[in-house]
Amino acid sequence: MADESESKLEPPAPGSLASARRPAGSGPTQTPPPGDRPLHQRLGSGLAHHARQFGTLGGLVVLGLVLWILTPHFLTVSNLLNIAQQTSINAIIAVGLTFVIISAGIDLSVGSLVAFSGVVMASLLQRDVPLPLALAAGLLTGLVCGLINGVLITLGRLPPFIATLGMMSVARGGALLYTDGRPISGFGEGFRWLATGEVLFVPVPVILTGVVYVIAHFVLRRTPFGRYVFAIGGNEEAALLSGVRVRLHKTMVYGVCGLLSALAGVVLTARLNSAQPIAGINYELDAIAATVIGGTSLMGGQGSVVGTLIGALIMGVLRNGLNLLGVSSFVQQLVIGAVIILAVLLDTAFKRRKP
Amino acid sequence: MGYLHLRSSPVSSVLPVLALRGIRKAYPGVVALDGVDLDLCAGEVHVLLGENGAGKSTLMKIISGAVARDAGEIRIDGAPVELADPRQAQALGIGIIYQEFNLVPQLSAAENIFLGREPLRLPGVIDQRRLLRDAQRQLDELGVAIDARAIVSRLSVAEQQMVEVAKALSLHARVLIMDEPTSALTAQEITELFAAIRRLRERGVAIVYISHRMEELFAIGDRVTVLRDGRHVGTRRIQETDMAELVRLMVGRELKDQFPKQRAAVGDEVLRVERLRRDGVLHDISFALRRGEVVGLAGLMGSGRTELARALFGADAIDGGRVFVHGAERRIGSPRAAIDLGLGFLTEDRKQQGLVLVLSVRENICLPSVGRWSRAGLVQTGRETDATARRIAELRIKTPGPEQRVGHLSGGNQQKVVLGKWLCTDADILIFDEPTRGIDVGAKVEIYQLINQLAARGAAILMISSELPEILGLSDRILVMHAGRIAGEFSAAEATQEKLLAAALGRN
Repeated sequence: MADESESKLEPPAPGSLASARRPAGSGPTQTPPPGDRPLHQRLGSGLAHHARQFGTLGGLVVLGLVLWILTPHFLTVSNLLNIAQQTSINAIIAVGLTFVIISAGIDLSVGSLVAFSGVVMASLLQRDVPLPLALAAGLLTGLVCGLINGVLITLGRLPPFIATLGMMSVARGGALLYTDGRPISGFGEGFRWLATGEVLFVPVPVILTGVVYVIAHFVLRRTPFGRYVFAIGGNEEAALLSGVRVRLHKTMVYGVCGLLSALAGVVLTARLNSAQPIAGINYELDAIAATVIGGTSLMGGQGSVVGTLIGALIMGVLRNGLNLLGVSSFVQQLVIGAVIILAVLLDTAFKRRKP
Repeated sequence: MGYLHLRSSPVSSVLPVLALRGIRKAYPGVVALDGVDLDLCAGEVHVLLGENGAGKSTLMKIISGAVARDAGEIRIDGAPVELADPRQAQALGIGIIYQEFNLVPQLSAAENIFLGREPLRLPGVIDQRRLLRDAQRQLDELGVAIDARAIVSRLSVAEQQMVEVAKALSLHARVLIMDEPTSALTAQEITELFAAIRRLRERGVAIVYISHRMEELFAIGDRVTVLRDGRHVGTRRIQETDMAELVRLMVGRELKDQFPKQRAAVGDEVLRVERLRRDGVLHDISFALRRGEVVGLAGLMGSGRTELARALFGADAIDGGRVFVHGAERRIGSPRAAIDLGLGFLTEDRKQQGLVLVLSVRENICLPSVGRWSRAGLVQTGRETDATARRIAELRIKTPGPEQRVGHLSGGNQQKVVLGKWLCTDADILIFDEPTRGIDVGAKVEIYQLINQLAARGAAILMISSELPEILGLSDRILVMHAGRIAGEFSAAEATQEKLLAAALGRN
């Protein structure tokens, strides 16, 4: 036994050391510089990033073509702007849900937050509180409720489904209690401009939606916060061990979602010229559908607001087209449900082929 | 009904119940088993011994049908058999009890024992009386006082284990594999377990007993087989061997020339830990790390090595003790705080803890740094691209480009990406937990060289490894953990595999 111990104490012989290092010497040639890689590889990484969105966009274009052939009214400027305006509320909420779903969470409370922040703002407007203050209060209501969701999930360790399911009911109840169940109607022109106004023939809600999407895309792709949202959704443990303050950023994600729900509530109130405590029921389902059609994975870590915008437009175009074709609302529900399933089926099949 | 074997002689019969010949299994980059023979006789407790990674688990998985062998023959009662899946192995009388039990905690012991095979009164209606009666008989035969109606989650670990054994026996198991059965038991429970094992032995069951605890095998074993590096290195009767011979068989490999150790100049102390404690996990841990030093941290699985790393890195809370970084006492409350102090942690399980597989090489490498590098709230994409290109070149990461998804890279390259993260943060106190696990030999040598380079640049490295040759080949100093404590400290000059293993087994 002693002999063996001694033999193990010897440091590796110089000769063996050299041979062990040989792979290192030949190293620099192993990874060719980027310029040497075949063109398809260099393009591949960039394209793959957007391939999913091209697919969804293709679906939108095909849908548009079919509707154009079936009904000439579809492809008119006024109808397209109409679609954009009708889509804007779902599209704004869906941005918030895209953040949440990329972080591997879910938020069921968005529809109730639309109503709750709407009635809070409306009640202030009716008491002649200045418009900016009332707007801020409405948005703050959504933000705070969202942050509460986030704290329940991070500090309270509740599953997102449960925390936001609770908030869905609490915020709805809050809205009903606050208004005694009655809508608050009739606002000044200044506020209604948010829904009825136009800038260079483009409706204000469409402009608002555009601004939200540009900012959201920028935040997701160009800020550390956006990077953390993807990292938390992709692998929360790895993100934590890489120094990401997971609890802080997760809470912020739900705050963003609540804030955007409130913004949608503002636009909805302005459009209807009325804030209703029962507004926004089932909005969470439309927003989840738009997000999922847009290619954001419910498993987290993957997705984009560009995809979500296309997803929201697909749903808007479909509704509009079916209306133009005089299809009953019962059939519409059925078709939209089928489209959601088909979109995700295709997505799954696509991902399975390219592991 | 398979009760015939109960009447056969409890002493080893001539024909083995289960015979393995030339079993081979290779995974990409590693041969887990190579030409392993094993004979199991009725009524013997056959201990399987080997270091972590010696191939014990793979062998057990092959016997229990969970893993398919690449080559070799399996005979039961002399007749060749295929073990295509666990169900088939079960039908042939092979039962296995894993460290993690396969029980439904909310169901009763009886319901668990006959899960999926409930006796029926009518089609679709369970015969509750028979279920209870049969289950109780299985438990009684084991000589344990467990009520078959008891809900499993309310039973102790030892009792749950007995429910597992009863379940295996109700399937007429003639070969019973027990993987580290005592790891979670108290001394009293171990005594009871051994009594139950002896009763099984008298009934003619062949038992494969896997354990790291050397003293146990002399208490319960009849024969012992030692595996090393996936090979069968010897089978002994327990009476005819001793601890020294078994340890020699376990570690007896020669140090290969795969450890290009270069000693760096050792400088100032960068990390000092005093009486660190995490209740129930870590006890009274004190040590220090200096610049340019590679300190190996050895110990068996479950000895607290990873727990120590996580506590140092702020991933788990500590209950007492002091930590000094660069001479100043610090409270490290989160990984973020640890990273800001210059710590880096290469985790044991890179897929679960080290990487975000759906993100790109660039996004992973820059994840700990992206916040620090940002300007005016914006990610500096140019800086990220430069840093990533530098890491890809420096670490020779084989990837089509910085935007490649990390999930698509090989294990060795993934590990280099994790390393790249900590190069970007300029971490100078690095904790490597099993840095070469699951990667091929070539990549291992590259990782070793990187460890040397980092030490030469003045980093202090704490390297956890289950591979003793790796620890011995790379370390300047070696700490050994056992049961949550530092059980030994050795200089590179005095350390041997035997000494490390003895300390890891708590025998000094």
